Amino acid sequence: MATGTDSTTTGEPGGGTGPGGTARGGVRRGVNSPARAAIGAAHLRTDRWWLAPAATAAGLLAFVVYSTWRAFANADYYAAPYVSPFYSPCLAENCEPMKAGPNWPLFGEWWGLSPALIILVFPLGFRLTCYYYRKAYYRGFWASPPACAVAEPHTAYRGETRFPLILQNIHRYFFYAALPVALILTYDTVLAFRDETYAWGHMGLGTVIMLVNIALIWLYTVSCHSCRHIVGGRLKHFSRHPVRYRLWGWVSRLNARHAQLAWASLISVALADLYVYLLATGVFDDPRLF
Amino acid sequence: MTHTVHFRVWRGDAEGGGLADFDVEVNEGEVVLDAIHRLQATQAPDLAVRWNCKAGKCGSCSAEINGRPRLLCMTRMSVLDLTAPVTITPLRAFPVLRDLVTDVSFNYAKAREVPAFVPPPGLAPGEYRMRQEDVNRSQEFRKCIECFLCQDVCHVVRDHEENKAAFSGPRFLMRVAELDMHPLDAAAETGLDRKSTAQEEHGLGYCNITKCCTEVCPENIKITDNALIPMKERVADRRYDPLVWLGSKIRRRGA
Repeated sequence: MATGTDSTTTGEPGGGTGPGGTARGGVRRGVNSPARAAIGAAHLRTDRWWLAPAATAAGLLAFVVYSTWRAFANADYYAAPYVSPFYSPCLAENCEPMKAGPNWPLFGEWWGLSPALIILVFPLGFRLTCYYYRKAYYRGFWASPPACAVAEPHTAYRGETRFPLILQNIHRYFFYAALPVALILTYDTVLAFRDETYAWGHMGLGTVIMLVNIALIWLYTVSCHSCRHIVGGRLKHFSRHPVRYRLWGWVSRLNARHAQLAWASLISVALADLYVYLLATGVFDDPRLF
Repeated sequence: MTHTVHFRVWRGDAEGGGLADFDVEVNEGEVVLDAIHRLQATQAPDLAVRWNCKAGKCGSCSAEINGRPRLLCMTRMSVLDLTAPVTITPLRAFPVLRDLVTDVSFNYAKAREVPAFVPPPGLAPGEYRMRQEDVNRSQEFRKCIECFLCQDVCHVVRDHEENKAAFSGPRFLMRVAELDMHPLDAAAETGLDRKSTAQEEHGLGYCNITKCCTEVCPENIKITDNALIPMKERVADRRYDPLVWLGSKIRRRGA
């Protein structure tokens, strides 16, 4: 993954005189640039600064591995009345038939791969360009920087000024795309109030999981920084737009929890998919509440 | 209760230096600056340290304590692990003058590059009227005490000296945001587009929103969420969103 930085071959992260010390050829750079205090060490932090980026990287990696497996599996994603959020809406002819469910074979018969790959582009793009996830993976995977006041192991840095990272600016379009996806997942949740014979008036543990999941997905989606900007942040005079100001205030309160909502919705979407997988493979039956 | 704490304080100048060891008496309730003053008074009278208000409002005593950028006067000794040496160094993003004092003139140069507030035409001083909801955002940024901890911790310049020419740093990008959100700033009417200058002249694109500026701000200003990201979105309006561009063209034609 390109992150607007160039890697060096010198030094080990977290200590010594490598990162932030000397570049190839012995030129002093970073915190050891000429005229700065001659300290040598890349950082002097004594706390466990590595824990947060390591945990972030491990969490994101676990999700990537799980979701890749499930997205390519093309099986066990429907257990009436529940459909996995990874496969909704199902836009190819090769989808499992889901009665009154999210089957819209727009891609017809020629699509031979897993139908999840079509729709997952949008939530994936939304999260990949999300301001919180950017912080998380820039720190966790690319050490740019690994933690505050810990020197990064790169000789050059251009940030998001040029291709490919300048593409992060399309975040708002993925936000627009994420809205209909969330609407369809809401429709799936309504359908989860049917039972396995498609009769209405049912609620199982799966219904509860889907309700929690869709609530978290909506909260994550509307707490997005682009949403905050669109509903009111771009205005200069809030007093002339009282409704948008009120909306901006609500979104701002959610936005302060955007990181927590990002993790909660990431976990809930994986758990919802796992639950459908376990039902579809017959590991257990859905406990019925009414 | 008094106890002895082992300090490692960086001493030197631009020619070189190193960490010097001191044992200093510390009393309950004291802050790091108190210990530094006791060190000056008892063992190192020539130790250079910049300070002024001792109340977290002047922004003078910025330094790095155990590797973290902080105000000496606002860091209580009790929050530190006193069983291990406490390391105090000058800010590591700026040239050192002597001991704990650095040359922060980079920040003054960047401050001068931000065009000042443009008074609205037709209003004399004293006639400005603004609604509180319109100035809330800018007022948050006015809490800044210019301690430059955010400038110090920002890896764009801390780890890459060569970026200093192109990047103004979080403090001054926040200043651009403050003016761009100001309800009476008439920069746009004079042809000054603060959104474009944020990207082109102040290097907003270098920011990868990793939030260290917000983490170290002693005034708890949400620099990233309330200034930098909103400015990135405003720049996206200008440069990367054809729908917004088209909408502004249509509105202009209709007006």
